[in-house]
Amino acid sequence: MIWWLRQSWTFAGALVLFVALFTLYNLLHPRGFSTAVLVQNANESVAITLLAMAQTLPVLMGGLDLSVGAVMTLTSCIASELLHGGPVEILLGMAVTLAAGAMFGFANGLIVVYGRIQPIIATLATGAIAIGLALLIRPKPGGNVDDDLNWALTNTVWDFADTYGLADGGDATWLQPFVNIPVPLILLFGVVVLVWMPFKRCVTGRTVYAIGSAEGAAFMSGLPIQRAKIAAFTLAGFLAGCGGLYLAIQTASGNADMVQAGAYTLNSIAAVVLGGTSLLGGTGGLVASLVGAFILRVISFYFRILDIDPLLQPLVEGLVLLAAVSVGAIHALRIKNRLELFR
Amino acid sequence: MTAPIVELTGISKHFAGIRALEGVDFAARAGSIHAILGENGAGKSTLIKIIAGVLRPDRGEIRLAGAPVSFASPAQAGAAGIVCMFQELSLIPDLTVADNISIADPPRRFGLIDRRAQHRRAEELLARVRCEDVDPRAPLSSLSLSRRQMVEIAKALGRVPRVLILDEATSALTAKDVQTVYDLLGLLKADGVTSLFISHRMHEVEALCDTLSVFRNGRHVETFAKGSRSDADIVRLMIGREVEALFPPKPAPRLRDPLVTVRDLGWEDRLRGVSLNLGRGEILGLGGLDGQGQKELMLALFGVLRGVEGKVEIGGRQGMASSPASAKAGHTRIALVPEDRKTEGLMLSLSIADNLVAAAYDRICTGPLIDTAKAAKLVEEGMIALRIKAGSPQDAVSTLSGGNQQKVVIAKWLAVGPEVILLNDPTRGIDVGTKQEIYRLMRELADQGKAILFYSSDYAELIGCCDRVAVLYDGRVIRELTGEEITEEALVSASLNIGQAA
Amino acid sequence: MSALASIRPENKPLVIAAGFILLILLVGTAYTLATTGTAPLLQPAYLMQQLQIGAFLGICAAGMMLVILIGHIDLSIPWTLTAAAMVATAVGGGWAIPAAIAVGVAVGLVNGCGVAWLRIPSMIFTLGVDTVLRGLMVAQTGGFAPPDTATPLMLALAKDRVAGIPLALFVWVLVSLAVVLLLTRTTFGKALYAVGTRERAAYLSGIRNRAVVVGAFVGSAVCAALAGVLLAGYSAKAYQGMGNSYLLPAIAAVVLGGTHILGGRGRYAGTLLGVILIVLLNSVLSIMQMPEAFRQIIYGTVIVGMLLVYGRGNRVTA
Repeated sequence: MIWWLRQSWTFAGALVLFVALFTLYNLLHPRGFSTAVLVQNANESVAITLLAMAQTLPVLMGGLDLSVGAVMTLTSCIASELLHGGPVEILLGMAVTLAAGAMFGFANGLIVVYGRIQPIIATLATGAIAIGLALLIRPKPGGNVDDDLNWALTNTVWDFADTYGLADGGDATWLQPFVNIPVPLILLFGVVVLVWMPFKRCVTGRTVYAIGSAEGAAFMSGLPIQRAKIAAFTLAGFLAGCGGLYLAIQTASGNADMVQAGAYTLNSIAAVVLGGTSLLGGTGGLVASLVGAFILRVISFYFRILDIDPLLQPLVEGLVLLAAVSVGAIHALRIKNRLELFR
Repeated sequence: MTAPIVELTGISKHFAGIRALEGVDFAARAGSIHAILGENGAGKSTLIKIIAGVLRPDRGEIRLAGAPVSFASPAQAGAAGIVCMFQELSLIPDLTVADNISIADPPRRFGLIDRRAQHRRAEELLARVRCEDVDPRAPLSSLSLSRRQMVEIAKALGRVPRVLILDEATSALTAKDVQTVYDLLGLLKADGVTSLFISHRMHEVEALCDTLSVFRNGRHVETFAKGSRSDADIVRLMIGREVEALFPPKPAPRLRDPLVTVRDLGWEDRLRGVSLNLGRGEILGLGGLDGQGQKELMLALFGVLRGVEGKVEIGGRQGMASSPASAKAGHTRIALVPEDRKTEGLMLSLSIADNLVAAAYDRICTGPLIDTAKAAKLVEEGMIALRIKAGSPQDAVSTLSGGNQQKVVIAKWLAVGPEVILLNDPTRGIDVGTKQEIYRLMRELADQGKAILFYSSDYAELIGCCDRVAVLYDGRVIRELTGEEITEEALVSASLNIGQAA
Repeated sequence: MSALASIRPENKPLVIAAGFILLILLVGTAYTLATTGTAPLLQPAYLMQQLQIGAFLGICAAGMMLVILIGHIDLSIPWTLTAAAMVATAVGGGWAIPAAIAVGVAVGLVNGCGVAWLRIPSMIFTLGVDTVLRGLMVAQTGGFAPPDTATPLMLALAKDRVAGIPLALFVWVLVSLAVVLLLTRTTFGKALYAVGTRERAAYLSGIRNRAVVVGAFVGSAVCAALAGVLLAGYSAKAYQGMGNSYLLPAIAAVVLGGTHILGGRGRYAGTLLGVILIVLLNSVLSIMQMPEAFRQIIYGTVIVGMLLVYGRGNRVTA
């Protein structure tokens, strides 16, 4: 336990920061600590959180994926076309969307591994291709997403059960402790538990960390480097696809907006950094990025309740971001052996 | 006679114009401890990288227990029972010790890594290498270099090797750990495991190995049993020529005016009151076990450390440099040849010329612009003075052998015209021939009036080169030896802080 | 590919980029000949006009190259460009251009200090600075394009011609000469390559790493500011978001020109060719009236394709 704490003090710090910010936010909010506000916050946080989680994979290997925002946009456009009709069609549509994200990530992985191109520039290019494909599918914003789906996944567990007639329409006793939890949070929790934890615990997942920490040593140790890189990018694409799927359901539409995609990508990197994961790779994890994304979101929520002049909003956002990442810099200023600053 | 377990026939390997190995025939018997000797550039590293699956030969055949094999990766070689412990460790700093030991093939449950079984396995293996004090849950980055080497050995053992290759595996180990390794190799030999052992330490080789192979210039020269050749013969086989005295003659000890005076230097918990004097024209050695503050002392003098306490006087002026830039440009110019030439001494992908001028930009300029004639002259002078063997100064410095690379680092600093030269283990991992050249160079520089601070992990070097030796223990100088006093016994006992000999 | 193998490694990207430029010209000309029977791409006047517009990207790319050479990235050029343009038009008169350059210097210093002293990854820090600059400009102008117009000098630099050649092109050439001189004939240039190759060894060789980093970021920001001045001159005013479409193409141009994204390697001639390539690609796609969707796809595919041909790194061995 001690070792974990000593190694993860950045994560602990991020967690503390988030809890503090979120508590303060609810205290200041006229209707804070209520389910309605929690649900709204959760809905608005899912996409960026999933993207931050997606971005974590390449960052762990010491690289970056600049296409995550574009892949999310692409998959949301695909979803906006497919998520309607009967339950089978909807489930199939979801599967296709997620598969599309994963396949795009797989393609990224192939280009990086077999093309031996640096991830940052390869994904810059593939991101453009993704946006282009998104524009082909959805030249104008719009789409057709099942209403029930939209309602069920953007509200509480009770609403979900009620919409689909499960657990006595949400009134079953065993469900009661959970009824007020927003469904988006359950989805995020599910992704972490069902996707990330197993991945981290297998050799491929361990190899991802090893690559970021010491790629040469990882090769000499006989770790499956190529397999891990491709898996990491595929998983990143899959998670971006999850983000796109949710975005489509939440907004009930698809919008191939290049600027928005770029903003999401850069925000995903900011979230990863805020969560304490180092851009050099080797340390950190999805949960840290989840916290980082939450911090980013909470900061933007403050604008609504603090009644700041909307014209000042971008400025304050930027300053807060700079301040947040500068906190980690204090360590650099106090370092006693300057050699440690340089790689 | 036992059949060879590893047999190489006609192996050749080229790298961008350099012939690393040429038509090598090599065989190691099962259950032997087989030393591989040779200068750097002789091909030893390439040879074992080929056997271990890191590199593939351009030509030739490898046979394992009689059957021809071809390894596409270290993983494949490992599966066949060939486990290699490299000089640059194959450990992952951000993972735990237990993770590292079972890294590629951990115990599993339902397809996922079984942490508890992994922990137990790590404990067992660490016990085998007598490192029970290492906590398997600790991140590897928290361990010292010698502990890390022991973890690397534990890891290699865990893969149940048929052939174990050790490349300078004991270079950073404490005396106790070295003994553990010796014992281990003996046990492995009894189990029929073959060990291929690369080391530049002759006494180690002689203590451990039963067979020795000498390589020179990419070719296999000779393989013979221990004891059938004298040391002088062996060195001659390695260098290919008569070997003169290893160390240049030392002048008679005399008192010198100190150029650098250090009083009660303190920094964090690494330096706890170091006091010494360094005079012009003398070679002062820093002795002691690894990690007693030698490296930190040099970094402090060079301006790399912050928060250093104590008094330092250099060339009559109080105070230390605040950065390497000011150290080299100050009133008394100081140069540092760092520990790791590949990441601290050189910019590997840049040319030899670019590396040679890297510390002396002000000397190649006329006005604000670079004067190509001056730069070319500086490069030429450096290459001639240090006898650097290379195709052209425009070649990348990564194409040079280890010894020549180190010469580039030294030449780079000589171009600055320093008065104080700090050398941090300059001959580690370097061939005998280049070592001699460096010893000679050090004495020449001292004779020119420069003050030289020389840290070496090799007692023989301290005895052979230095006018005086300051032995560090726990961050302070506990003994100073002068001239005849510098003996192995004195150095060892001082390093261990054993009471002064009468 | 044996002919390709015989070219020296540092010249390979240049040759390939030049080849691609020719290919683009050929494809575009074939298209225009087939559809309208004309070949505008081969006419000097048209090419000149394209290069004039390309000057803005070219100057941004020149600055970006300095930063990429040391292994960093400058994501703040969009709003540095815009802020400089807005300040220039607001200040007006003889001080317009110096004021814009001052903005560039200030932003470069901030970026440099954040990256060199605070050791914050440049990707994040310059992103933050970009957001802050956007915030400042939005707060200042109320979100609209400022009513001020460009000064006569700015208009002249952007649009006038001397002996048939646009002044903007001269500015680009001057910037290029300055960068080439900096990189090849000054110790700052040598230090730049050293720091980009291995900062630890550069530091231990007595190179002032921090000064080099700050210098590179100042160079990048000043180039962005200069581009902003020219662009404002071309459009006769400054407007919101005028810098947004220059960031990714600038990075792409530098990388397509053979500069390694992790730093330490690259020649300016390559960046020049990269800019010309992107500008020509854009104009061919415009002539073909290619919808945005296909433009993006082609853009991405060209980059990946070219990098596959020459950007292949080394297999990790140890």
